[in-house]
Amino acid sequence: MSEIEEPAGPRRVIGTPSPAPVAVDTAEKPAEPPLVTDPPNKAHASRAERLVAALFVLAFLAGCGFIAAYIGLEVGSSNIPAGASAVDAAFRSNLALGLALSVILLAIGTGSLIWVRHLTPNIEIEEERHELKSSPKDRAAFKAEFADGAAISQFTKRPLLRRTLLLATVPLALAPLVLLRDLGPLPGTSLRYTVWRKGLRAVTLGGLNPLRPGDFQPGSMITMIPQGYQDDANALAKAGVILIKFEPGQLNFPDRYSGSTLIASMNWSIDNSLVAYSKICTHVGCPVALYEQTTHHILCPCHQSTFDATNGAWVIFGPAARPLPQLPLMVDSDGYLAAASDFPQPVGPSFWERG
Amino acid sequence: MSSIIARRRHPAAGYAAVAGGLVAVGVLYSTLSGGGASAAAPAQASTQIAQGKSLFVQSCSSCHGLDAQGTSQAPSLVGAGAAAVYFQMSTGRMPAKELGAENDRKPTEFTEQQIYAIAAYIASLGGGPAIPTAAQVSTEGANTALGEELFSTNCAQCHGFAGAGGALTYGKNAPNLNASTPTQIYTAMLTGPEAMPVFGDGTITPQEKRDIIAFITDTRNEPNPGGLSLARTGTVTEGLLIWLGGLGFLILIAMWLTARRRDHAMSERGEAEHASAEGIEVEKTEAEHTEQRS
Amino acid sequence: MSDEAVKIPKALDGLGGWFDDRFHGARGVRVLMRKVFPDHWTFMLGEIALWSFVILLLTGTYLAFFFVPSTQEVVYHGSYTKLNGIQMSQAYASTLNISFDIRGGLLIRQIHHWAADLFMVAIFAHMLRVFFTGAYRKPREVNWLIGITLLLLGMIEGLFGYSLPDDQLSGAGLRIFQGVLQGIPIVGTYLAFFLFGGEFPGNSIVPRMYIIHVFLIPGLILALITAHLFIMFWQKHTQMPVLGNTERNVVGQPFWPYFVLKGQAWFFFIFGSLAVLATFAQINPVWLYGPYTPLAISSASQPDWYMGILEGALRIMPSWEINFLGHTLTLSVLIPFAVPLGIIFTGAALWPFFEQWATGDRSEHHINDRPRNAPVRTGTGVAAVCFYGILWAEGANDVLADNFQVPLYTITWIARIAVIVVPIGAYFVTKRICLGLQRHDTSLLTHGVEIGIIKQLPDGGYVEEERPLTPEERGKIDSKKVPLALPARGHPDDNGVPAPSSRGVMGWARGVANRAFTETVAVPDGHGNGHGHPDGHEAIEGPEHAGVGAGEPGESGEHGGEEQ
Repeated sequence: MSEIEEPAGPRRVIGTPSPAPVAVDTAEKPAEPPLVTDPPNKAHASRAERLVAALFVLAFLAGCGFIAAYIGLEVGSSNIPAGASAVDAAFRSNLALGLALSVILLAIGTGSLIWVRHLTPNIEIEEERHELKSSPKDRAAFKAEFADGAAISQFTKRPLLRRTLLLATVPLALAPLVLLRDLGPLPGTSLRYTVWRKGLRAVTLGGLNPLRPGDFQPGSMITMIPQGYQDDANALAKAGVILIKFEPGQLNFPDRYSGSTLIASMNWSIDNSLVAYSKICTHVGCPVALYEQTTHHILCPCHQSTFDATNGAWVIFGPAARPLPQLPLMVDSDGYLAAASDFPQPVGPSFWERG
Repeated sequence: MSSIIARRRHPAAGYAAVAGGLVAVGVLYSTLSGGGASAAAPAQASTQIAQGKSLFVQSCSSCHGLDAQGTSQAPSLVGAGAAAVYFQMSTGRMPAKELGAENDRKPTEFTEQQIYAIAAYIASLGGGPAIPTAAQVSTEGANTALGEELFSTNCAQCHGFAGAGGALTYGKNAPNLNASTPTQIYTAMLTGPEAMPVFGDGTITPQEKRDIIAFITDTRNEPNPGGLSLARTGTVTEGLLIWLGGLGFLILIAMWLTARRRDHAMSERGEAEHASAEGIEVEKTEAEHTEQRS
Repeated sequence: MSDEAVKIPKALDGLGGWFDDRFHGARGVRVLMRKVFPDHWTFMLGEIALWSFVILLLTGTYLAFFFVPSTQEVVYHGSYTKLNGIQMSQAYASTLNISFDIRGGLLIRQIHHWAADLFMVAIFAHMLRVFFTGAYRKPREVNWLIGITLLLLGMIEGLFGYSLPDDQLSGAGLRIFQGVLQGIPIVGTYLAFFLFGGEFPGNSIVPRMYIIHVFLIPGLILALITAHLFIMFWQKHTQMPVLGNTERNVVGQPFWPYFVLKGQAWFFFIFGSLAVLATFAQINPVWLYGPYTPLAISSASQPDWYMGILEGALRIMPSWEINFLGHTLTLSVLIPFAVPLGIIFTGAALWPFFEQWATGDRSEHHINDRPRNAPVRTGTGVAAVCFYGILWAEGANDVLADNFQVPLYTITWIARIAVIVVPIGAYFVTKRICLGLQRHDTSLLTHGVEIGIIKQLPDGGYVEEERPLTPEERGKIDSKKVPLALPARGHPDDNGVPAPSSRGVMGWARGVANRAFTETVAVPDGHGNGHGHPDGHEAIEGPEHAGVGAGEPGESGEHGGEEQ
């Protein structure tokens, strides 16, 4: 049921091809050689051919350039002169190789584009769509054969077979899930506790210096970690704290309880002016590090959860639902800052068993 | 001159005239406005402190009070220290443009010597952190690896991983660090200007401060080996570029690739010959097809 | 015109024969060679994704020769001297090695990452094209579902891919991922501990992401792409509603040589654009981010663009947590994680079936719709794009705040309101615009096209001259197909039985939906029978097209509904 349509004049939306003056047969009929194999305008075509050839030659030259740049431009401090910057070398190499590669690819692409648009005749053909639905005869035959096969297999006639097969495969299907059990340990209570304990000194991250209260000035903030754990990323991911020092009187909040557990208290600060909060955001665990001295807000840069540092890190904006846990501080016998105990509540993001 | 007059009716003449006028006004303005009024030197500046005091009274006391004791508009500077004065004034933040809003870096109105004088005066009132010496801010032998650790833990959350700056709350922002001198970086850490926390020498030692300064200066001077830096803000600019530049460019190419083809015109005679030859062929072909179809 | 047939070289002829002897290919490959691919630039968007994926495979293989997927700590002493002495994972160190010590390493790395971004861009652009032209309709629903699955797989693949180098930025993203997992009720902590092999960060996540990223997901994507292409091949591509295109034909240029040549050009252009980007635009400069440590974070921390909607959802959410019976349900985390993407993915997956249900249209469609002719679909699509876009922009709120001097919280508040109001408004505005365009089309049919010549009439009035439409223009406008109106509720058939599909709440809902879908601008008589066949062919839909529960065929013909 195919027909040839006489395409009309050239008024078309950009991007749609114009109809060709020649309609060609569909695939169903015996093969006929295409009537036209060359583009209509010979002079234009040879101009186009020269342009495409020039582009391909350009690609070739760029390809040679690529290989030359690869051989000639070294990278890495062991290959470049002593004292030279490896970053500079990487920049030069990237630029040279990249430029060469870009030229190769774009030249071949442009050449191919001009080739197909200007060196081929403007042929358009039409193909018939087959009915996607099978004929009723085919469908019936399929159903019949399938039913026959099912009958032969005895699958439908012997429910005991069916059911025991199902029974046999159920554990097999579950086996991969069961095998995944040892992917990791059970959470247990590990999310509830950190490594902080009474007397464990706090040291600065990076410098690993223990600090005394006198090292702080009003307006100070610094990140501190438990002494000895600087290489333990798992410990740091829960135990990192920020210490903030206020002017006298600025830090002011009542004791807070979660159920019967005391979770925030001025008594846990040093001199009612130096306080330690968990650096792990209670939203989804980013380090909440952005402290604004003027507003006393601690802002987490990930999702803008904002905590009031003078008010026990109470949430004042953003998605976090709980204040930052406070770490009870004490001064040890040498005068250095240390934890007075672990956090009174789990740090970090909420979880189902948290309570 | 005559060549200009000869071109007066050129289509671009109007634009050229306006552009020329703008340039002239701009040059005139910058010449006349000068580099900012420098305060008239006091008659006797016998000591640095005295000079500083007189400069202070002239430029700062209207907000900070005659004895730097503070007013409702500006805080007391007693105990603020020379370092704070140096930072605020050398970055041009002080004298403040407007009250209350965050002060951004702007060209300073004072010479280095004048700033030192005012700093000395303020220091004389109540002590406070001193301006670091050149040796104290020297990055010779600094450990940039430690600087990276400290910067990323204590600074990057506001200033960005490469010091490109970042947003704070209520319209404030942490500035980029491209223009900050080592002394300015040091004094900023030391004094905690505006919303920035204080990083005193107790919490970040002087050597650690030098490591941080080395990291900042190394990073900002480092070339971008991968091409344009895209403002070193991360993935937001990358995403913009792939949509507008990547997809946009490819859509244009796709339009070119699939656009209507023009069968390029030949000479008249060639066209006529071509048409007559083709015309007969085409008709015959269609007739053949119609035949085969039925 | 010289039309010489090409003489096939003997070697090629022999080779072809050798294969044909074994594979019986002559007829099949002949069909392939003559296969018609309709030509429109919007049909090339999916190919961008295809070629980007190929480039990802090639560049990814190269990177895999050098990357070490291990979190074992090493002290760096390499070419990037600024970080000498720092402890970092081998994954990070090997990435620095690729960038600074391997010639072409940085280029290939950047091509790989730009290609990943472009892959996702192309999937979205292609998906939007398919949606707005209704190309997901029968028989292509399965292909649509495959496409949505590819979108999801692409997002996860990209997430794991950029997290492999274990740098500060992607590590923060992993922390967020872990925190979100942890918050899932009942199983959350177990999921998090099993995936990470214990507490965060642990030592297992990088090697596990690696095998998922280089093997598991690419395998799945490859299989689904193959199925996607095969289905498209088998069912033949859709075509634009242009004169000459019918539901029974495919018009275009033959595969051999046109599509091969165009495909070649397109591949090189895509690869070339990626090479240009990789040369001139730095992407993912991990050396600037530094190695991941759990206590460091940067301002402007955003994931790659296609995860931006999740990031924005997390930022837009006000704080909300429910504590009960010793358990915590952290809605601040769960709602952003599940709801926006859930709406978009589920909505997209169900849409073809929803449309079928609402319009009762079970016929095959091989001609694309013009978006204006499907106002509800287009309006819904625009609303979805607005929803997605607002959340995406909110994901960059601190960058916007910093660069446009708008206070941070203000942006979030604007987004909170806009995310509800703007999609709803966009739906109505878009629908009205579509109906307005339809009205314009109708007036073109009745009045013709204005040609810019103003005539003065004898009585002094001015009128613009018009010309009648060309057959092309007419064909395009006539291609409009209006869904049939289903029998209204409460209109029983001759025997007093109400249509079963119109009963109950679902029936009422279906009626509401159907009325929305059938709202259209009436086409003047004699043009377009609602089935859009300008060549006068009978609609192939026939009885299938009638609404469910319709009585006589004549009764269901309420197409060309009321003009609103």
